[in-house]
Amino acid sequence: MLEIKDLHVTVDGAEILKGIDLAIAPGEVHAIMGPNGSGKSTLSYVLAGRDGYEVTGGSILYKGEDLLEMAPEERAAAGVFLAFQYPIEIPGVASMTFLKTALNAVRKQRGESELDAMQFLKLVREKAKLLNVTDDMLKRAVNVGFSGGEKKRNEVLQMAVLNPTLAVLDETDSGLDIDALKVVADGVNALRGPDRSMLVITHYQRLLDYIVPDRVHVLAHGRIARSGGKELAHELEAKGYAEFGANEAA
Amino acid sequence: MTEVQTFVDQYGAAKAVLPGAGLPWLASLREQGIERFAALGFPTRNMEAWRYTNVRPLQKVAFAPAEPAEGVQIAVDHGAAHRLSFVNGRFRPDLSNVGDLPAGVVLTSLATVLAEDPESLKDHLGAAAEDDGESFLALNTALMADGYVLRIGRGVVVEDPIEMLFIGAASDKSVAYHLRNLIVAEEGSAAVIVEDHIGHGEGAYFSNGATEVFAGPGARLKHYKLQDEARAAFHLHGAFVRLDRDSAYESFVLSLGARLSRNEIRTVLNGTGSECFLNGAYVVADEQHVDNTTFIDHATPHTDSREVYKGVLDDKARAVFQGTIMVRPDAQKINGHQLNRALLLSDKAEIDAKPALEIYADDVKCSHGATAGELDDDALFYLRARGIPEQQARRMLIEAFLDDVIDEITHPTVRDAFRDKVSAWLAARHEEDR
Repeated sequence: MLEIKDLHVTVDGAEILKGIDLAIAPGEVHAIMGPNGSGKSTLSYVLAGRDGYEVTGGSILYKGEDLLEMAPEERAAAGVFLAFQYPIEIPGVASMTFLKTALNAVRKQRGESELDAMQFLKLVREKAKLLNVTDDMLKRAVNVGFSGGEKKRNEVLQMAVLNPTLAVLDETDSGLDIDALKVVADGVNALRGPDRSMLVITHYQRLLDYIVPDRVHVLAHGRIARSGGKELAHELEAKGYAEFGANEAA
Repeated sequence: MTEVQTFVDQYGAAKAVLPGAGLPWLASLREQGIERFAALGFPTRNMEAWRYTNVRPLQKVAFAPAEPAEGVQIAVDHGAAHRLSFVNGRFRPDLSNVGDLPAGVVLTSLATVLAEDPESLKDHLGAAAEDDGESFLALNTALMADGYVLRIGRGVVVEDPIEMLFIGAASDKSVAYHLRNLIVAEEGSAAVIVEDHIGHGEGAYFSNGATEVFAGPGARLKHYKLQDEARAAFHLHGAFVRLDRDSAYESFVLSLGARLSRNEIRTVLNGTGSECFLNGAYVVADEQHVDNTTFIDHATPHTDSREVYKGVLDDKARAVFQGTIMVRPDAQKINGHQLNRALLLSDKAEIDAKPALEIYADDVKCSHGATAGELDDDALFYLRARGIPEQQARRMLIEAFLDDVIDEITHPTVRDAFRDKVSAWLAARHEEDR
C-alpha cells in the first residue's frame, strides 16, 4: 500500500526528516509516536502534498505509484486522506457544500458517477449519525465555531464520506476528552478493513487503547528510532521518550 | 481623442434637438452644465477625489454622440414584472414591460416626461445632484437625453422589483451617452429597483450616468445595481440621494465589467431617523479599473449608516475605494460603520483605499476598517487535500470571501441573482484559463 524509502525532507532550509523507511501493507494499522518536534506532522503533510515541504531524497510509493509526483487533489482521489491535527476554518463555505463538492470531485477523478443531492444527503446523514455530527454542525461553515472535539469528529466524517484507502490521522486525539475520543475511535475502527490501511500519528498511547495498531514506530530526530508491536506503545507510556534523547514536553 | 471641446461641440450641435429643448428652465440647466464642464475640464489625478482614477484612457477614445439605436435587436427576457430597457441611453419601449403597477406609481422614461409633463420634473431634476465640482455630472446635465423616471406615490408599496436594463451597443464607432435617472419616493412608499448595465458587442462606449433619488418621510428604497458592461466600456455613474426623516435607502453595487468604472454615491441623511446602507462587491481582472467612491453626510441627528465593500482583483486590475463619513455639527446620536476588504490574487493587482471620517459632533459612534489580503493557503490546501481541484478550490474561496457582503442584499431573489452572477463570472474565467 505505502512504501516510504530513505525519505529526507527539508522545511525552510532545515532538515526535519532524515531518512525514513516505512512500509504499510493493505489492512494494516501503523502508529507513529514520538516527542514534539520529531517530525510527525511533517511526515503527514508530505504524504498529503502540502507546499513548503521539500523532499531532498528518497521516495514514496503508494499502490506502486510515485506519490510525490501527484497534486494534493490527485492524492485524495487516489485514496489518500489526511485527518488534520488542526482542521482549517473556512468562513463562507457551507459544510454540506464542501463535503458534496469534495465527494463528487473525488468520484469524478475516480471515474465514478457523481451523486445527486438526495443520494448525497442520505450518505452523509448515515455517516454523520455514527459520529454524532449534528445537522446543526453540517449547516455551519466548514469548522467555523466548532469546538476542538467537533472539528475532529468532522475530520472523521469527511474520511467516512470520502472512503480512502490510506488514512493518515495526525494527532486526531489531541484536544479530545475521553467520551469524544471514544466516538472518534469508534468512527475510525468502523472504517478498518482488509483493503484500507491507516497511519495513526500520536503523542500519547491513550488513543492506541482504542485504535489498536498492528505496528508501532517511534519517530525521533527525524528518524524511525524503534519499531515494534502494540506493546511498544505501553512501554513508551511508562518510560516516556527520554531514551530517544527527547526533552519530554508533556 | 475626446477633448473638452468635443463635448462642447456636441452640445452645441444637439441642444436644439435634445429632449425638452424649448423649456427655458431646462435650457438654463443645460447651459450651466456645459459651462461648468468647460470650466472644470476632465478631472486629473491632482484632484483629491480623482487621485487614484485616471481618466486619460477615456479621453484617448473618440466618442461620437449615441444615436437612437432602433436597429439594434436584443433578446430580452420578458419574465420581469416591470422593466424599462434602454439601448445606448435611449428608451426602447419594444424591449420594455411596465406591467401592472399600483395606482400612484409612474414608471417611464425621462424623454417621455420631458415631452408630456415636463413641469413635474422641475422640483427634482438637478436638485439632489449638487454642483460639487464634478465635471462628469456637469457634462451629464448638459447632454442628458434619457433615463428612467420612477415616482412612487404616498403610501404606495411596489412589491415586485422594478428592473432597468441598460444596454451599451457599440458598433463600428465608439459612442457616449448621458443617462439621467430620477427616483421620487413619497412619504411612506416602498420599492425595489434593480439596474442592469450590460454590453452588447465588443466596441468601446461611454456610459455617463447620474441618478437622483428622493426618499420622503418613512420611504424605504432598495436600489441594486449590476455593472456588467462590455470590457472595452467606460462607466462613470453618480447617485445623489436625499433622505427625509425615518426613510431608509439600501444600495448594492456589483461591478464585474467595464475597462474603467466609477460609481460615486453621495447620500445626505437629511432627516432624523433616516438610515442608509451602502454595500458593494467587485470582481475584476486583466487591466480593469473599478472605483467605488461614497460620501455619507449625516446632516441631522439620530441617523445611521453602514457600509461594506468587498472585492477581488486578479492580474493587473486596480480598485479604488474612497469612503467618507461626514457628521455635521449638532448631528448627535450618530452611528456610522464602514468596512472595506480586498482580496488580491496577483502581485500586480492593486487596491487603493481611502476611508475618511469627518466628525464635527461629539455623541457619535463611527468606525472604519480596511484590509487587503491574499487567498488563504491553508484553506486552499485543506480543500485540495479533500480532492477538490485547485482552480475549483480557488473559486470556492473567492465566492466564500464575497459571501457575507452579498448577504447584505436584503431582497432574496436579487441576492441569489447577484451571487449567481459572481459564480458565472468566475466560472467563465476558469474556462478561459483552460
